[in-house]
Amino acid sequence: MAIIEENSIRAAILVDGLREAGIVDVEVIETMTNMLRRLSTIDPDVIIIGIENPSRDVLEQMFQVSKLVSRPVAMFVDRSDGSMIQAAVEAGVSAYVVDGLRKERVKPIVDMAVSRFNAFDRLQRELLEARSELASRKVIERAKGILMKTRQLSEEEAYGLLRQTAMNEKRKLVDIAQSVVTAASLLEK
Amino acid sequence: MQQDGSVNDTSSKTKGGPIPERLVRVGFIPLLDMAVLVAAAEQGFARREGIRLELIKDVSWSNIRDRLAFRQFDVAHMLGPMPIASQLHLGSNPYPCFTPFALGRGGNAITLSVELYREMRALVGLDGSENALGNGLALKQVVEQRRRSGRKPLVFAMTYPFSSHNYEFRFWLAAAGINPDTDVTMTIVPPPLTVDAMTAQAIDGFCVNAPWNMIAVEKGIGRMVATKADIWPSAPEKVLGVSPEWAEENPETLSRLIVALDAAARWCDDEQNHSDLASMMSDLAYVGVPSEMILRLLSGKLTVDPDGRTREVRNYMAFHDQHANFPWISQALWIYSQMIRWGQVSYDEAGLSRVRAAYRPDMYRAVLGRTGTAVPPIDSRIEGAETEKFIDGRSFMSDDIPGYVKGFDIRSSANPAVAE
Repeated sequence: MAIIEENSIRAAILVDGLREAGIVDVEVIETMTNMLRRLSTIDPDVIIIGIENPSRDVLEQMFQVSKLVSRPVAMFVDRSDGSMIQAAVEAGVSAYVVDGLRKERVKPIVDMAVSRFNAFDRLQRELLEARSELASRKVIERAKGILMKTRQLSEEEAYGLLRQTAMNEKRKLVDIAQSVVTAASLLEK
Repeated sequence: MQQDGSVNDTSSKTKGGPIPERLVRVGFIPLLDMAVLVAAAEQGFARREGIRLELIKDVSWSNIRDRLAFRQFDVAHMLGPMPIASQLHLGSNPYPCFTPFALGRGGNAITLSVELYREMRALVGLDGSENALGNGLALKQVVEQRRRSGRKPLVFAMTYPFSSHNYEFRFWLAAAGINPDTDVTMTIVPPPLTVDAMTAQAIDGFCVNAPWNMIAVEKGIGRMVATKADIWPSAPEKVLGVSPEWAEENPETLSRLIVALDAAARWCDDEQNHSDLASMMSDLAYVGVPSEMILRLLSGKLTVDPDGRTREVRNYMAFHDQHANFPWISQALWIYSQMIRWGQVSYDEAGLSRVRAAYRPDMYRAVLGRTGTAVPPIDSRIEGAETEKFIDGRSFMSDDIPGYVKGFDIRSSANPAVAE
């Protein structure tokens, strides 16, 4: 089977999952260039492609004109398993399956892709959260430093002042800290 | 499907007391020809009909089709040929949908790389004032010369196999004597990637809707050589694709939506509103290019060459005037004729009735028939007559599709129904 995926981390996560499920014959295509040639060499039974990948339209055309690749159809065509399709669309997975391939063989692959796509999303979200937490901590540190210097406060007092202001104004601590940093940068010469 | 009863009495109802707002989810691809949808959402036309439009951006026509099929969208901004392809079971998820309302005409253009245009100029001695056919004939010379000297065929891109771009690009090439299947390579590049693909020299030309042609020119990499209006002034462009299940469950909402879109389309056509429309469309949530460029495109003042040459195309984009929203059966059948011409499908009687199921002038008429909007009393007309001529000068009468297709010197050999 083939995976068309530009993001190498997501591709790796997917390949990994498929290996665990016993599907080892997996090729990853990273770029749109030479996609047709790569696909005709691999001649896959199943192609997985993210729904947000604009190359889906390119694939559609290939299935229209190309005699090289056996003609897969979108898994969506088989509507007998509505919940599988729903889950796939929501996770952003689309799959093209060679006509005649048994559903029992396709389902585990699609299910695996769905769960790995979701896992990747979760991972990215966590990464994003971790990054923004780190960033807020840095801002708070800088705001504390500014207050300590300009108002001659101890670290604890500076932090207390920030927290008290946040509570009084019903805003987030990090937002108050950001205003302090911004204000200070405006006053800097 | 319903088109009487519940549909007829719509807008009168909206005048009464407050009605609960109905959410309608609309998928779209960021292009200027979605203007009517943006105006309906932003300018209050939908709200006036008790509808809240949620516009959802997507990246590919395949997604638009699939997400409409799986009820993530209720209606969608679609290429005119898509509902037809869906009814004919073409493509990899042929979920049947239909259109009761076209979103306008125009906006497409064909742009060649400046290198290719330079080659044409050197070979044929163009002075830049040539019309679309003149440019096509010059291109033909280059194609032949390249073949004689053993260079690889030119690569041209459009955006989807079932698109006005595919049929218009091919129509223009063939009118100039170039066979799109054997003389050049036709490929697919999604609209937002066209300019990048040309910059990377992966393609030598493309056909796409606004604003991408002008962006290529302004970046100094492309030369616009033909517009949709040069190939066929009346050519339909995007349509409102509707999910049949949704339409069946929400006949009244659909009727109200048509009323709202009709008002929005009229508003979009009015030049006085163009600067407001341009600034709405420039929002990153929609098209995301500078409003100044959108305004120039709306007014049809095109920069066609990086050297600054401009061209004014009347009705480059039309949203309401001259029945721009009416889903003509004759236009659907013309699209069918081009699908047959290029071997995507073969001609038969069953195909004819499927094509008719894709375009629903009856629904348009039922909703807008008694409003101030002029509604044609007929569903089909002779296409390409008088002022609306095709670039090859032939007109299209929908009662003899095989005859029309056979009349083209250049067409796919892969169609037995027409070949015999």
